Amino acid sequence: MHNDSEPDPDSDWEKKKSKNEVRVMSLIASLTVFFLAIFVGKEIITKVPPTLHTPLMSGSNAISGITVVGAILMLQHAEGFVAIVLGFLAMALATINVVGGFAVTHRMLKMFDKR
Amino acid sequence: MEQFANLMYLVASALFIFGIKGLTHPRTAVRGNLLGALGMALAMAVTILLKWDAGFTAYALIISGFVVGGLIGWQLAWKVEMTAMPELVALYNGFGGGASFLVAGIALLLHGDYITDPVTYHHLVNMKLEMDGLIATYASGIIGAVTLTGSVMAFCKLREYKWVPNGFLFQGQNLANIAILLLAILLSGLGCYYSASLWPYWVVVLISCVLGVMLVVAIGGADMPVVIALLNSYSGLAAAATGFVIDNNILIIAGSLVGASGVILTGIMCKAMNRSLSNVLFGGLLSEQASAGPSADDVYGGKVKSTTPEEVAMLFDTAQRVVIVPGYGVAVAQAQHAVRDLENLLESRGVTVEYAIHPVAGRMPGHMNVLLAEADVPYEKLIEMDAINPTMSTVDICMVIGANDVVNPDARKSVGPLAGMPIINVDEARMVIVVKRSLSPGFAGVPNPLFAMDNAQMMFGDGKKAIIELTNCLKEG
Repeated sequence: MHNDSEPDPDSDWEKKKSKNEVRVMSLIASLTVFFLAIFVGKEIITKVPPTLHTPLMSGSNAISGITVVGAILMLQHAEGFVAIVLGFLAMALATINVVGGFAVTHRMLKMFDKR
Repeated sequence: MEQFANLMYLVASALFIFGIKGLTHPRTAVRGNLLGALGMALAMAVTILLKWDAGFTAYALIISGFVVGGLIGWQLAWKVEMTAMPELVALYNGFGGGASFLVAGIALLLHGDYITDPVTYHHLVNMKLEMDGLIATYASGIIGAVTLTGSVMAFCKLREYKWVPNGFLFQGQNLANIAILLLAILLSGLGCYYSASLWPYWVVVLISCVLGVMLVVAIGGADMPVVIALLNSYSGLAAAATGFVIDNNILIIAGSLVGASGVILTGIMCKAMNRSLSNVLFGGLLSEQASAGPSADDVYGGKVKSTTPEEVAMLFDTAQRVVIVPGYGVAVAQAQHAVRDLENLLESRGVTVEYAIHPVAGRMPGHMNVLLAEADVPYEKLIEMDAINPTMSTVDICMVIGANDVVNPDARKSVGPLAGMPIINVDEARMVIVVKRSLSPGFAGVPNPLFAMDNAQMMFGDGKKAIIELTNCLKEG
């Protein structure tokens, strides 16, 4: 006779449940990373002197170009015209941000530290 | 392989954090920026290696996209004038937001492919989004699109294009904005439910693009520093949201670092203007509030003393301590180098010269410092408002060049458009020389009683010409 009180680990429902649990855990982990990074950011950035606020903005701008990683990942999977065009656009825009951001920040910071 | 990639992402994140930490001092800042760039290069290299067998087309696209974007970015970065830095940063913000919502859109597209035909697209199984991923996709779409068009709008405003309308386009625009946002959120809900269809996403992006324009168009030129800082924060948040979409920690970390940075700078700018963020965003133009209050004639009538470079040169003979208060007018007149020459001459005579920098002296946070650094003014001489104010009464001569509202003593009163805004207390100096074209008001649209004070004298003229004349008189005298 089948015993209901002992769940069968191979049943679909159980599989789905444990898969869901893994997913929720990974979401919580991502949210933890998100909030901790905000706190870390707040701690360091409040220590940046006003003199360097413009380079801070252009430099953090370059860092927000991290979407370039997402663009690369998408292009590695993309098939079809639309996905490829959008991927190329994303790649180019994010690279403008990365290369331009770091370059212009470097240019400004060099002026502060000439001597 | 994936574990190794995640480990490398962690290293890259640490490099970003150390990079920003380097920016806490001008001497370590160059190295900090390079560390950040190294982190970015590492993250990109690891991502490419992660799926090195992606095929020729993928790499052709990745490399060509990198080359095109890199060349444009490089060109912009090396050609831009320092005065135009706010425009450039605004534009970069927009591009970051644009890239983020595009990546989220492609992720949704691949997800849709898999959902509709799991057999053909079995290799996209990892691209399948769950509800949290879908919500993040739409969040990235809204934030990214608002960042893109809002930034382009800010760029146009800073460039002072004639066709850009100033102020509200129509009555009740704030309500319309809220309605648009609600509509975008509603459609997002729909899109999350019917996750295989793409059109809700692009409609949401389109609507958010309109929202971005409407939000920024109503904000006055004087408030642009706040807007750029806020959009900076948005571009980071859009990247973080995209990180949730593709389940990638480095996007989340880097995005939230930038998000935090932008929020902090926004707060600093708002505080420096004594306005709340909601007042900046939804209050419309500042000048609309300037109504009651003394007229220019009441304030200035017969009390303003005009002076000449020759007379001012004589005043400097007995001065021990001079403070220069530069405003954006210095940048407009391209007078930074002339001011620096004057400083050099005074210092060679044993006079102490410092610069008092108001947080909103330029057009973005820290802008004035960059303009002066370009003219070789050492950063040690750039003193923050809060640091210099307690010592203003020991200043022999305070030279206000191209600044107005940030030295208006009326800001200490409890009424008026400037009420409560922190100012540099130049009126406490023994002598104040104001270099200005005319008595015209600043952004706040109110007269400045400083110009009529007993210890103040006006040296009318173009900033650069006036300073050069003054320097010449000093040399001859």
